[in-house]
Amino acid sequence: MGEPLIYEISRPGRCAVSLPECDVPPAPLPEGCVRDELPLPEVAEVDLVRHYIRLSQMNYGIDVGFYPLGSCTMKYNPKVNEVAARIPGFATLHPLQPEASIQGAMGLMLELQEMLAEIGGFAGVTLQPAAGAHGELTGVLMMRKYQYDRGECERNIILVPDSAHGTNPATTSMSGLKVVEVPSDRRGNVDLAALRDLIAQHGPKLVGLMLTNPNTLGLFDEHLLDIIKLVHEAGGLVYGDGANFNAILGIVRPGDLGFDVLHYNLHKTFSTPHGGGGPGAGAVGVSAALVDYLPGPIVKQDEADGMLHWYMPPKSIGRVKAFFGNFGVLVRAYTYIRMHGAEGLRAVSENAVLNANYLQARLRGVYPIPHGDRTCMHEFVAQGILKDAPGIRTMDIAKRLMDYGFHPPTIYFPLIVPEALMIEPTETESKETLDAFADALIRIAEEARTDPDLLHTAPHRAPVRRLDEVKAAKDLVLCYAPACGG
Amino acid sequence: MNYIPDTDADRAEMLKAIGVQSVAELFHDVPEAHRFPTLMLPPALSEMEVIEELNALANENDDLHHLACFLGAGAYRHFVPSVVDFILQRSEFFTAYTPYQPEISQGTLQAHFEYQSMICALTGMEASNVSHYDGATAVAEAVIMALQIGRGKRNKVILSPTLHPQYRAVVHTYTQGMSLQIVGEDVVEIGPTTDTAAMLGALADLLDQQTACLIVQNPDFLGRLYTPAEMQALADRAHAVGAQFVVSVDPISLGLFVPPGRYGADIVTGEGQPMGSPLSLGGPYLGFFAMKAADVRRSAGRIVGQTVDAEGRRGFVLTLSTREQHIRREKASSNICSNQALNALAAAIYMAAMGKHGLRTVAELSYHKAHYAADLIGKIPGYAVISRWPFFKEFIVRCPQPIALINEVLLDRYGMVGGYDLGADYPGLKDHMLLCVTEMNSRTQIDLLAEALEEMTTMNLDRYEGEVSRG
Repeated sequence: MGEPLIYEISRPGRCAVSLPECDVPPAPLPEGCVRDELPLPEVAEVDLVRHYIRLSQMNYGIDVGFYPLGSCTMKYNPKVNEVAARIPGFATLHPLQPEASIQGAMGLMLELQEMLAEIGGFAGVTLQPAAGAHGELTGVLMMRKYQYDRGECERNIILVPDSAHGTNPATTSMSGLKVVEVPSDRRGNVDLAALRDLIAQHGPKLVGLMLTNPNTLGLFDEHLLDIIKLVHEAGGLVYGDGANFNAILGIVRPGDLGFDVLHYNLHKTFSTPHGGGGPGAGAVGVSAALVDYLPGPIVKQDEADGMLHWYMPPKSIGRVKAFFGNFGVLVRAYTYIRMHGAEGLRAVSENAVLNANYLQARLRGVYPIPHGDRTCMHEFVAQGILKDAPGIRTMDIAKRLMDYGFHPPTIYFPLIVPEALMIEPTETESKETLDAFADALIRIAEEARTDPDLLHTAPHRAPVRRLDEVKAAKDLVLCYAPACGG
Repeated sequence: MNYIPDTDADRAEMLKAIGVQSVAELFHDVPEAHRFPTLMLPPALSEMEVIEELNALANENDDLHHLACFLGAGAYRHFVPSVVDFILQRSEFFTAYTPYQPEISQGTLQAHFEYQSMICALTGMEASNVSHYDGATAVAEAVIMALQIGRGKRNKVILSPTLHPQYRAVVHTYTQGMSLQIVGEDVVEIGPTTDTAAMLGALADLLDQQTACLIVQNPDFLGRLYTPAEMQALADRAHAVGAQFVVSVDPISLGLFVPPGRYGADIVTGEGQPMGSPLSLGGPYLGFFAMKAADVRRSAGRIVGQTVDAEGRRGFVLTLSTREQHIRREKASSNICSNQALNALAAAIYMAAMGKHGLRTVAELSYHKAHYAADLIGKIPGYAVISRWPFFKEFIVRCPQPIALINEVLLDRYGMVGGYDLGADYPGLKDHMLLCVTEMNSRTQIDLLAEALEEMTTMNLDRYEGEVSRG
């Protein structure tokens, strides 16, 4: 049962809003400027609401069930966050209001800057970037400018491990720099010997290294301090991709290990809702050497009178978006950190890592886990490869999981693991949920042998059957035709 | 801990299954010297206490719930129908991730397909993505797309002086590693007598075979609305040298005025906040991004396409993902991953709720009230409205006192948020204020604003002058 498009339920003359009468004398409209058509739908409020509620029922969210999407940290989103962000004293502030009229909001931002700096071990934080990738761009542009300001203008290379998120190499290119890929070793770490060779080869041209740690295999690099030392000795800086910070809250501070820059994904680690793909917030922390390069404005307190001001760091790379950041997301993250405190945050990571290791233990022997001999952090990567069911692929297993009421893990990533199933349970799931999920995966492995078609044709209980993604890309239909201009 | 369901008994069983004695053992790969730092954070609060603390912080702000607002400049106070936030709070929407698994994400995907359709309808364009971070980054992404279309052979970008100053700043930030020539921002000095329509000709004179794109805003940052004929002439000049014509627009204005798709735009961007997102001190907002169908493969950002399922029924998926960073890595045109999906949903609900008549009414109310306000304020001795007609909902007022001082008095004595101080961005417009009027401003409020401005010319403001200089 498909839901019609909003345009298909449109009827001339309907409207879902009531607006006031014009209480001023009308002004003449400029000639030749007024449009004669506006193909928006016309629906009544009740039909509008039913349309979207029915659409919502075709969606899976964390509040519906378990969402073990590796690298995405789909933890429960506390409802108090939503109350917080909607307090009129936050939600109805104009970004260009005088500073004196928004001291409370600026105070919240200052405190969040300071708390994130403390959690990450950094000297300064900007809250401006709107997402993780946006934070990466911010960080790499800062690294580039820092090197240039030192007179090292020939530096144009960023080392990126082969296990990295696609955003890392894409960010590097976008910043006008070149990517050199670093292989992983057999234990899933950065290959230290290869790194040494690459640094010997490219050392004087090195801007730095982008490193996700724990990495996308869910492993804490066993040679982390050596890696950082090698890059620093070559005059490079180390960027930390904080996508996996949920493993290390109160466990270790990246700044203490020598990371120079790190972005925090507030929409992952700090529980703000993903909203179907955003908004996020990608605050960036930096060491003392880089604080002057942060994008601004950031909040700073005047020591004399205690007033808070917008402040542009002296060597700033510039602003990366309009205004100050995704403030509504920042309020939610602030609320989360204030409710946890230091011990609570450490408990988050401890339980996230415990849950992941428990799931890994339960699935060992059922699905190959390339680095299953190691302790994982907040996630691990299995493979959808079953010896006696050769026709089954990860895609089939993922789709079959939907029939059991679960959201599938991240699939086919990281790219260095064939048929990857990247599983991140987070700390907000109970042992019963983990057991039910493991049981489902074990049963699916059995079904793969006894009734492989059941998997090939899955899902059977989702709102639609398997969708043809090839057709979508080939016969492009990107909007409802009567609405499209041109 | 509230959000961690495992009990001590659970943890003991799980540790046993893993084969370790303690949770701490799981962190043996973390360098020991740095393991388990003491974080100096304020003590944890209960839900009750945290709400109390947040309310206290919120109360330190003068919010627009209690004030009349005449401030715009890129963030606008328009009415948000109740249905918008009601639907946004459906958990199935706001606690979902990016719809990578389409079979259980049809809600998000169809809503975003409809969003794309309505953005096309609004802008008069053929295709739309599912948003960038905001109006500023959407412009920066338009620059990058224009460079792609120019196949790296064109490295000149022309920015209008009346494109939002913060958008221009973001273009500079984004492209600092790209060896571009960015021109146009100083093509004329913006002052009280500048004819910005003549400025368009000066911008067009900068076009050449090296130009990747020419970017203008309409209505521009100063409120000025350019006619379709003026815009088409500019588009023709850009196309004559093979450059992309990019227009940043206020979506509300498109409820009433001819859209850029009808006057030759190749890429249309804008800040989508006025369509259903709260002001929220500047974010989260959304940058909408519309284009020609032929250029979609060179664009960045998520796009939803229609397809069929195994039984031939209509369904929706994320498509053209081979453009994106998770597939193309360093060859991707942009690193964008997260977008502003929930804000795009809000914009979709807003557009559907308003429909063709509602959005036109909102635009007309804003237009008529802004012109009423301009007439009234223009008659006050000491003040002058210097905007040339036509404008939409923002106009420039020359004031007899510094804008910061006027705004301080408006806030303190009259409970009003005054306009934007243009002197900071345009030195020639010192003591000039950009006022914004929308359907949210009643005639009473506008009359009161005019009275306040008049009263201020005879008032002793010494007390405030001290405060402003300290601030």
